[in-house]
Amino acid sequence: MILLLALLILVPAAAAMLRRNLVHSALLLVLSWAGLAAFYLWSGAEFVAFAQVLVYVGAVSMVVLFAVLLTRQNPDRAAPPDAAARLRAGAAVLTAAAVGAVIGHAILATPLPAAAGAPPVLTVRQLGLELMGRHAGSLLVIGALLTVALLGAVVLAAAEPGEKPGGKP
Amino acid sequence: MPPAPIFATLDPDRAFLERAPLLVRDFVTGLFPPSLQWLAGNLLAVVVIVLFFASLFALLTLAERKILGRIQNRPGPNRTGPAGLLQPLADAVKTLVKEDIVPRAADQVLHFLAPVVLVSLALMAFAVLPYGRHLVPVELDAAVLYFFAAGAATELAVFMAGWASRNKYSLLAAMRALAQLISYELPLLLSVVPVVMLAGTLSTTGIVAAQAGWTYGVIPHWHVLTPWGAAGFLLFFVSALAESNRSPFDLPEAESELIAGHLTEYSGFKYALFFMAEYFGMTALCGMGVTLFLGGWQAPCAFLEFIPSYAWFFAKLLLLLGVFMWIRGTLPRLRIDQLTRFAWKFLVPLALINLGTAAFWQLSAGWSGPALQLARWLVALALVAGPFTLLGRRLSAGVAPRTYRYAA
Amino acid sequence: MLGSGIIKGLAVTAKNLAGSFHDPARYVTQEFPEVQPQLPENSRNFPFLVADDGADPMGTLRCVACQICEKECPPQCIYIEKSKDKKPDAAGKLQLYPAVFAIDTSVCMSCQICVEVCPFDAIKMDQVFAIATTDRFNGLLLNREQLAKSNQYYHSIHPTEATEVDARLAAERKAAEEKARAAAAAKAAAPKPAAPPPPQPPA
Repeated sequence: MILLLALLILVPAAAAMLRRNLVHSALLLVLSWAGLAAFYLWSGAEFVAFAQVLVYVGAVSMVVLFAVLLTRQNPDRAAPPDAAARLRAGAAVLTAAAVGAVIGHAILATPLPAAAGAPPVLTVRQLGLELMGRHAGSLLVIGALLTVALLGAVVLAAAEPGEKPGGKP
Repeated sequence: MPPAPIFATLDPDRAFLERAPLLVRDFVTGLFPPSLQWLAGNLLAVVVIVLFFASLFALLTLAERKILGRIQNRPGPNRTGPAGLLQPLADAVKTLVKEDIVPRAADQVLHFLAPVVLVSLALMAFAVLPYGRHLVPVELDAAVLYFFAAGAATELAVFMAGWASRNKYSLLAAMRALAQLISYELPLLLSVVPVVMLAGTLSTTGIVAAQAGWTYGVIPHWHVLTPWGAAGFLLFFVSALAESNRSPFDLPEAESELIAGHLTEYSGFKYALFFMAEYFGMTALCGMGVTLFLGGWQAPCAFLEFIPSYAWFFAKLLLLLGVFMWIRGTLPRLRIDQLTRFAWKFLVPLALINLGTAAFWQLSAGWSGPALQLARWLVALALVAGPFTLLGRRLSAGVAPRTYRYAA
Repeated sequence: MLGSGIIKGLAVTAKNLAGSFHDPARYVTQEFPEVQPQLPENSRNFPFLVADDGADPMGTLRCVACQICEKECPPQCIYIEKSKDKKPDAAGKLQLYPAVFAIDTSVCMSCQICVEVCPFDAIKMDQVFAIATTDRFNGLLLNREQLAKSNQYYHSIHPTEATEVDARLAAERKAAEEKARAAAAAKAAAPKPAAPPPPQPPA
């Protein structure tokens, strides 16, 4: 089962990197996210799975696709990659491998408690209480971070003082 | 406490009509060996939901055309069968025998996948709605989240259809669908959050249970009858209109501008699937609205409890669907900039303020005595009406009432 | 306040919806095959040929095959062949008649110019609109027999116009008779050269 789920996550992700069509890549990425949601569901994290679908498959995918559609795509770029591009790709793979190695090492080095019997069934209510109680600090930090990011986006997108505002209805 | 119901001898939990669907289910699953009964039960629920809502879809298309006709002073379809009742059948035969055309330049796989994904996702949303006292296909702890997750993914299928058709109108429709989804997902979810907050649960059965009971036996404890609930219901309703691509927010398939939007390159059965998915989405959202704000399957008065709960659910559902059609017959379509402006500058702030109103309502739940109760209501009403008026004035600032020089 | 316009609009459509069940003013649709429309008197679509006697339409066509309408017709949808012999018309005078008279209604543009130019009031505009056919070539090409309709029919569809036409035709016929009588009288009185000719009535 876990192998099937891994395939469902990894194959679309790999295909997304290899496709030359950006929209195909984006949709495959969405499929990979959906596979991740299926993995959460399999491991008993119902809430996280639905949140994953809602946020990633539902909303983030929209933003990605919107960005792809708004980017001018040059049909002449379908030419085979030249030497410089190969070099860049190689560097990217190296970087990814390095990051992956670091993360993998971190995971392997962490002493995780061995799963003892059935996993605990956590209701949404308990989850909320945990988040608001023990992890309130980290929640606040993440909230502040997101707000700052949002404000930054607004500042970037805001019209220049001299610029004419958008048309009235 | 409400007085004892008139039909006190009749325990609604045990009434025959109330239990009839359960008895049918038990009979059918009893035909299978015990090891397969869980599977049979689930499959039965799936089959019943698909068949029931497919036939409801057929009737809704007819009802919509009839109601729109009446609104425009004409009878609507009335030639096929008595009073036009066989019109859905004729439509089905027509769409089934039509040629299925796929443009040569289209992305064949995505073009085929889009309607399939759309219908399956739209159907998934029906799984968690409580149709009656004992009628919940799937009991989920995070049912509300599941529902909106399934609903949010449908716009992805609309985008797939629009992009894969390789048609400029379809692509424009896909862009509009994306913009619309990003804009209206937020107020939709924000309008639901107060309900979840006050009910203290994400499960649909829990939310319906939180609306049980009556004051004096006639005034139900539905969320829509509280200040924050009324505001939340209106916000939810407007956002649901936009989410289900219904008029006046039907920009993705604006037929006067974009031919048929993302449906332009679809024909025959695939077109019918899209149509079906649109109605499924609309029905599911209305069902969610009934569950969240209109008390779900609860009867409006204590003495009306003898009518089975699923009848109440579907009565409310049909009422909401009727309002959808009524609005379609009334309002002209918005422009895309008006659409997004309305969402971000009006609905989102109102939904956020409504969250505060609901929090106040929850915190003041302990206030007793007529004076404090009155104060509670007045403060909550002010919290709802004040921002609405102010934001409405801002939204329509600089837009004078339109004057017509040459028309009467 | 924001939203008041929406409520007003919803009220209008709700009134229409409810009114369509009991108020005839809000339910204006006439269902065609069951309820035949009351066409205005001056409505027109395609031409027909007027015959004085409905019982013998081919013998009493007013048309004398002068071919003016054929020449004037802008889309040239009229085709006429003159007869080889002559038949007496309503006034008893020997006239040619159309051996073939065909109008292609798929070409006709309902301009009524044929009616305007006809000196014999022989072609008029019809009101038949349910002319759909499964054969778009021969089904829409109307021949002499299909085109001929009685004067009573003309009265039934355009009463005012038909009465005027009848009065004019009667006056012309009377004038022609007077002229003939005067000519006969003049011939009888030929030996008396001083007799002045009678005043001519305006045609």
